[in-house]
Amino acid sequence: MVATFETKTDYKVIGKSPIRHDGLDKVTGRAIYGGDVKAPGLIWGEVLRSPHAHARIKRIDTSAAEAMDGVFAVLTHDDFPTVDEREVSTGEDVVNLKRDQANIMADKKVHYKGHVVAAVAAVDRNTAQQAANAIKVEYDVLTPVSNVDDAMGDGAPVILEGLVGDHLGEEVENTNVAKVFRHEFGDVEDAFANSDIVIERTVSMSMIHQGYIEPHNATAIWAQDGNITVWSSTQGSFGVRAQTAGMIGVPESRVKVNYVEIGGGFGGKTKVYLAPVAALLSRKSGGRPVKLVMDRSSVFEATGPAPGGKIRMKIGATNDGKITAADTDIMLESGGYPGSAVGAAAICVFACYNLPSSKITGYDVLVNKPKSAAYRAPGSPQASFAIETVIDEICDAGGFDKIQFRLDNAAHEGTRRGDGVQFIRVGLEECLQAAKDSDHWNSPLGDAPEGKARGRGVASAYWMNGGGVSTCDIMLQDDGTVMLNEGSADIGGTRTSIAMQAAEVLGIPVEDFHPSIPDTDSIGFTGVTGGSRTTYTTGLAAYNAAHKLVDELKNRLADLWETEVENIDFNEGTFTANRDSIGIQELASKLDPTGGPATATASVNLAEAGNAYGVQICDLEVDLATGKTDVIRYTAIQDVGKAVHPQYAEGQIQGGVVQGLGWALNEEYFITDDGAMANRSFLDYRMPTSLDMPMIDTIMVEIANPLHPYGVRGVGEVPICPPLSAAAQAVKEATGKSYYELPVKPGRILEALNGD
Amino acid sequence: MHPFAYVAPNTVAEAVAVLAEHGDRARPLAGGTDLLVKARANVWELDAVVDVKNIPELMSLSVNGDGLSIGAGVPCYQVYENEEIQAQYPGIVDGASIIGGIQVQSRAGLGGNLCNAAPSADGIPSLIAYGAVAKISGSNGNREVAIEDFATGPSRTVLDNDELLTSIEVPKPAANSGAAYTRFIPRNEMDIAVAAVGAFVQLDSSGQNFESARIALASVGPTPILAKAAGDSLAGKPVNDESIDAAAALAKDAATPITDMRGTVDQRKHLVEVLTGRMLRQAVERARG
Repeated sequence: MVATFETKTDYKVIGKSPIRHDGLDKVTGRAIYGGDVKAPGLIWGEVLRSPHAHARIKRIDTSAAEAMDGVFAVLTHDDFPTVDEREVSTGEDVVNLKRDQANIMADKKVHYKGHVVAAVAAVDRNTAQQAANAIKVEYDVLTPVSNVDDAMGDGAPVILEGLVGDHLGEEVENTNVAKVFRHEFGDVEDAFANSDIVIERTVSMSMIHQGYIEPHNATAIWAQDGNITVWSSTQGSFGVRAQTAGMIGVPESRVKVNYVEIGGGFGGKTKVYLAPVAALLSRKSGGRPVKLVMDRSSVFEATGPAPGGKIRMKIGATNDGKITAADTDIMLESGGYPGSAVGAAAICVFACYNLPSSKITGYDVLVNKPKSAAYRAPGSPQASFAIETVIDEICDAGGFDKIQFRLDNAAHEGTRRGDGVQFIRVGLEECLQAAKDSDHWNSPLGDAPEGKARGRGVASAYWMNGGGVSTCDIMLQDDGTVMLNEGSADIGGTRTSIAMQAAEVLGIPVEDFHPSIPDTDSIGFTGVTGGSRTTYTTGLAAYNAAHKLVDELKNRLADLWETEVENIDFNEGTFTANRDSIGIQELASKLDPTGGPATATASVNLAEAGNAYGVQICDLEVDLATGKTDVIRYTAIQDVGKAVHPQYAEGQIQGGVVQGLGWALNEEYFITDDGAMANRSFLDYRMPTSLDMPMIDTIMVEIANPLHPYGVRGVGEVPICPPLSAAAQAVKEATGKSYYELPVKPGRILEALNGD
Repeated sequence: MHPFAYVAPNTVAEAVAVLAEHGDRARPLAGGTDLLVKARANVWELDAVVDVKNIPELMSLSVNGDGLSIGAGVPCYQVYENEEIQAQYPGIVDGASIIGGIQVQSRAGLGGNLCNAAPSADGIPSLIAYGAVAKISGSNGNREVAIEDFATGPSRTVLDNDELLTSIEVPKPAANSGAAYTRFIPRNEMDIAVAAVGAFVQLDSSGQNFESARIALASVGPTPILAKAAGDSLAGKPVNDESIDAAAALAKDAATPITDMRGTVDQRKHLVEVLTGRMLRQAVERARG
């Protein structure tokens, strides 16, 4: 059931950019992040990680660690309860408890370098580290599988023993391919045969990491009464609760997760790595609080990066610029356990185009690398790189204008998405038109300095956005201010963008709101901040709660004014009935006789979300002697539905672009022959710095999402997708060479230039 | 991290005594930007850390008629913010101002950069190009070593366990000389060189001919390299594309890089040739004023 709204257009609060409520605490260092958590009697946990990418654990000898002074507990997989292959939802993806348990503490085999094999708790961090290093592990080292070709090759070592693959409905044993699935409609072969232009390419990309600045952390107390308290920087406290309880075999109601501020997640902090370990260490240590914090190399080696992989892409078109068919095989690396973003990649891959026929085959492929996790529009950037690379070549081959061709083939309301969903009102055509009309598209590239060359690339992309479950509580205080509790971890200023939606309803300035994110015992279930769902979904919960509060206040006023509820109007913060009139904030102080404070709570479960589209233009300069690239101008056009807080919406778009450009140009997991990540530090994992980026100009298109009263669409994810191809096509134009492998790093550009 | 004693002596003799007592389990500490990272990563297991920042001669920086003397503990920012050094030793400023970021440059110094002996050390090639020497004190007295001979391998130097680098002495450049250093990195900051080149040129009074040149390379061998043949090839040659390109080709020959996550052999050798040409031209420009 989907509710649709007639969108409001005259706003008092929405569309302004107030200062965020948590801003002062964050810029002054007063905000409490997971790493800041202290508790009386706190001890430190540390883990021992596998030095091998693929090995069987023959024996773990913990005796030396146990004998060390200051050591309270040592943990291996044997200390975990046996759990079923039960799946729990984190709100953005699904977690298989048994496999995730093995992922956070290896069970008989290690599946990637950095895989945890044991843990200790000790009086201080240094002792814990030394104790962890004193644990002796005997391994039977196996051949690592480092990419989808090796994983799918004949005779490839099987990574997950006992895995039964689902290959188009057929059960397959002894495989690294967990799943093969297909979405198909129309006859693509027939359509290719009747096309004037057909281009087929295979692209590939490396695994990459979100690179959030704050490493993973968890502190847990397993108290003598069996209640477990957890603090952990996360995108969703309820996801931590479900995963922790599930992996340690206790009811979720036994676990309370306290909200702490998060230093970046981008999808990677939806999965749990440390909290169950901290909880079990605490129990073994007599209920002492145990804290674990990862170092950077562990974050790279053993959390959840975005999958690399390989995508074959074939597109047909007519000479008059209409796409006839599209066919793709998407093979993504899930990492050491099943579950890559290939499902979402398959949904997104053709979603920018209105196709008469299409065939999408997805492969979820295990490799000896960390188990992949969500990263900003998971799967869509890889898919966008593949399709937009081939679309660019179709345009070159047919002599089509690159934006007009996309307009002529653009998805719109009623278009069937590759997986069968039919679009409601979407804003791709308006984005493409805005791109076509933009100053950037209509300005020349300009002359490059001697020895350099310039190019321009354009690309579009799609993300479906998320809905799901959110809860919001509102309490009107005596002084007319509002306490607003909501369950979404605050990423990118969502406290404020959620409060703004309640403020708009209530006619109370958003500065008079105190938005908080309580622990999991103190607010109704709310899914993770992910899938670009929070401003849309939790915002709608706040909107509904605010309306309930208005209804409640009307009931109270009916008593005070001795009239019927139906006679009371509410408009822009003022209640009126006959000759009576009172502002909502003034009313707040008069509620005691009517039954105490007025409160309201609302939960929503939204099956659908508005879709997000982005179109981006990239100008870039290449040093032809060194292969060095510099992005010199960039414009991101995006349908944001309605920008609740335009500065944050713009910030989301700019941040996504920067991460996408890093993915396009330099970021990669550099894997050695023995399956290790060589560049496991920020020094050598080359994310862009502020000096590498020009100003990212944004053009926000507002095509109201019919599923939200203010027309809100999720904005945070789609902007990371277009840069991969936009930058690659810009390098292509500058150098006259095509690039089918990411990153398009200077060494690759040099090879292409010097390859003739 | 292994627990260690922290010692902060006031004299070179005291520092040397502590180093001698602990052998390879003690290290001098100046800015600490390499030492603390290595200690925390358990690359080094240390019993004692000898802070040299209380030793006046290790913290002194002087520019005079004899040349430039950089105490081993002097941080980079003091070097690159010094106007006399900027005017007379631009090649050294080029290197010192790109080691890490601002925070790192406020602690890290060229002495530490030299002792850390990274193949990619940004501070070293220009010191080699200028013909600088390292002054060393130890249990058995003092000695001097040319900078190009100081590093003996990745993270290895000529220093014995009981020896301490006290200063770097750079000769005063003559008139009509110039120098420049650059590295190739895929980003614009905060990165490690894929390949790097420092060049020093001495022109004749007409500014049209090379009298001599020294070219040093980094990140293309186990230590920073003096590409002697490349520099020597320019002696007596006119300043033109032909002589510069020939020297750049010789510098490429002197490079012995490996393929790793930062770049390939071919890419690095190619970059050495490109950067050598660029640095020679920039050094010439500076020599001509």
